[in-house]
Amino acid sequence: MKMNRRSFIISSAAVTGGLALGFNLPFGPRVVRAADGSPEINAWVVIRPDETVVIRIARSEMGQGSLTGLAQLCAEELECDWARVTTEFPTPGANAARKRVWGDYSTGGSRGIRTSHEYVRKGGAAARMMLVKAAADQWNVSPSDCSVSKGVITGPGGRKTTYGKVAEAAAQLPAPTDVPLKDPKDWKVIGKPLKRLDTADKVNGKLVYGLDIKLPGMLNAAIKDSPVFGGKVASFDGAKAQSMAGVKKVVQVGDSGVAVIADTWWHAKTALDQVDVKWDFGENGKVSSESIAEQLKAGLDAQEAFVHNTAGDANAAIASSAKKVSAEYSYPFLNHAPMEPNNATVLYTDERCEVWCPTQNGEAALAAVSEASGLPISKCDVHKTILGGGFGRRGFTDYVRQAVLIAKQTPGTPVKMVWSREEDMTHGRYHPIMQARLTGGLDEKGNLKGLKIRLSGQSILASARPEALDKGKDPFTFQGYWPQGEHSLEYTIENLHIDHAMRNTHILPGFWRGVNINQNAIFLECFIDELAHEAGRDPLEFRRSIMSRNPKSLAVLNAVAEKGGWGKPVAKGHHLGLAHFRAFGSYVAACAEISVRDNGSKVKVHKITAATDCGYAVNPAQIERQIAGSFVYGLSAAFMQECTVKDGAIQQTNFHDFNSMRIAQMPKVVSIVMPSGGFWGGVGEPTICVAAPAVLNAYFRATGKRIRTIPLKNHGIEMV
Amino acid sequence: MARFTLNGKSTQVDVEPATPLLWVLREQVGLTGTKYGCGVAQCGACTVHIDGKPVRSCVTPVSEVEGKKITTIEGLAKNGALNRVQKAWLEHDVPQCGYCQSGMIMAATALLSAKPNPTDADIDAAITNICRCGTFQQVREAIHAAAKAKA
Repeated sequence: MKMNRRSFIISSAAVTGGLALGFNLPFGPRVVRAADGSPEINAWVVIRPDETVVIRIARSEMGQGSLTGLAQLCAEELECDWARVTTEFPTPGANAARKRVWGDYSTGGSRGIRTSHEYVRKGGAAARMMLVKAAADQWNVSPSDCSVSKGVITGPGGRKTTYGKVAEAAAQLPAPTDVPLKDPKDWKVIGKPLKRLDTADKVNGKLVYGLDIKLPGMLNAAIKDSPVFGGKVASFDGAKAQSMAGVKKVVQVGDSGVAVIADTWWHAKTALDQVDVKWDFGENGKVSSESIAEQLKAGLDAQEAFVHNTAGDANAAIASSAKKVSAEYSYPFLNHAPMEPNNATVLYTDERCEVWCPTQNGEAALAAVSEASGLPISKCDVHKTILGGGFGRRGFTDYVRQAVLIAKQTPGTPVKMVWSREEDMTHGRYHPIMQARLTGGLDEKGNLKGLKIRLSGQSILASARPEALDKGKDPFTFQGYWPQGEHSLEYTIENLHIDHAMRNTHILPGFWRGVNINQNAIFLECFIDELAHEAGRDPLEFRRSIMSRNPKSLAVLNAVAEKGGWGKPVAKGHHLGLAHFRAFGSYVAACAEISVRDNGSKVKVHKITAATDCGYAVNPAQIERQIAGSFVYGLSAAFMQECTVKDGAIQQTNFHDFNSMRIAQMPKVVSIVMPSGGFWGGVGEPTICVAAPAVLNAYFRATGKRIRTIPLKNHGIEMV
Repeated sequence: MARFTLNGKSTQVDVEPATPLLWVLREQVGLTGTKYGCGVAQCGACTVHIDGKPVRSCVTPVSEVEGKKITTIEGLAKNGALNRVQKAWLEHDVPQCGYCQSGMIMAATALLSAKPNPTDADIDAAITNICRCGTFQQVREAIHAAAKAKA
């Protein structure tokens, strides 16, 4: 987003809803005010008379910490007192009314910081310039004769004033047109391991998540949507539910769902269990995990496929190689299972529709509200809560739409719709299912001469964002395998062919933390280990030999090898495994240390040494937490999670059959945050993908058994 | 009618006896710090103390707590001062999304009451809560720190 005077100008449209911004003229003395009356210096910064600094955060906060990181970026340039910083979320409705002054709200793809750092810093810098100018004007001096530190402005002769005192005057100044940013070497707030800004209310139960919203007179709704995607309600009998305690209404939701509206959610849920629904599942009701596996297997041999990275002549190189190695891998459907089940609270009237919900994409949620309510965007708004986890699931708006369709049936009375965990588990946007065949050719010296990767499986974009397909091809299927760019393959292989036979299913896929790097890293990094083994070469040395053109990748790999103890004596019975990948602009690697017992059926992951080069590390302490947390998410999947399909429906219903790691299984995670500068890489997702292949490679060294399908529980292997 | 002591105050609610304590706390009493995560005693987000013991309130009918002392996350602070586990949580910046943390803090507080100096094995056995963000490394550090901080 280009920062100029215009982008700070308030549109003439009235802003209504949660954030009362008031009217303003583009120029002139009237000031835009926050809800409490404090002056807005610009869209990003509000200064209260008590010196509190309010920094506006457009992106969602779901635990990843970018609320704090984004505030650091703005505060760095603002030169305010960090101890006085607080944050607020401008609503998507306000953003729409102000010509998207806050830019993109979408929070996914590890983009929260890396695609908004510049305009957020400029927002802080422009505000600082205006505050200093206001002070200089009062003193009749030049701003260049003033300095500022922690919100205190010092002028010639040592006279001082504060941001709080000059905020009113600053808010009336025109926005500067030329807003230079600091040299990174001068950063004082960016790069510091500061504590999160949103912790206090998370330790005392006070934080209001979407699930905790209470509105006067609010009713509660529980919903049951078709257990089979694409299925419809044929008929339902709600008579028994209607007679139960607290029940107000039993309603149909769209053509595929039934909901009970009651005084409490417990009453609604209990009554919903008594609604007898007849479904029409159509052809999708015949699909099973077995039929999908057959469909994908056929794709491994299909003639037609989308090619995304090719060099030389892989077929010829492999055919003429001294040793040919081939293996097939697969990766299952997975549910996101954030701890807070999907929910949304809606107040619908004929004139307006207001929604409170956890969402990773406030603007998409607003569009869904408008569409479902039938009201224009200017008459709708979405109030974002802090999310109880997201992991990609809440970039979708299906649950927001449902809640609006329910609330339309109780106009004037707010309704909170909450999914049961069972509803959440069976109505996900699942990690795409994928199979792969990898074929490599080694020469007599054990050098890799050619590599082919055939992917067969689902495209997320084909169902979630078909307009983003490239002539039918989904480039994101190839994350980590790109010829160049933020998901590039970091190995230089002279004869290469990577393609994708797209095989979609009725099970809707979604962006699941890491997205396609989860399976792509396992496929490639385990197969590279297989090749090294067949070549009789050390897996570290083998990787280095094909990575020499990519020093940043080499650096993270070397870092984990050194700190993880590769090539040195390890504890008796312990074994190491390596993995490396590039994704979301960052360079990541891991060295896993495991031991096994009971004939390989029990695996203890003792330690994972992980390195990431994300260019600039805005908050190293939070990055360390993202690394360790991503391993919990990734290893839970690798060891114990899989969503299977029977009669068209997802079979897993709760954490008893879709388990997740506990503290006893947590390895020690040693993080190496090694930002090399000059670029902005993602943090929330990249590291997730190296945990599983590093563990699988260690498992091979421990047992001689190569595991090529996830989850490990299907091989009788338990994480202890 | 169910009667119990909640965070030191005698409380009575008019609700069906089979209603899970979790929903009584959230919907009848209005304390929403205790979270719904699974409803089947798997995840621990709903952990409260009943007579000092950690219990998953989502599968505890309110009829079972008649006359008992219940503490929720809202009741841990005394006279506005956080307990040592909450303080350690702040100090170690434990929560990510925070949704599971009420239950995690309740489980950790109960552990320290039973075992003032827990070993890692004690922590492994007592903290069975699910955290999808994966805060376990900080949870362990904070529990050890809270144990050391005891008066």
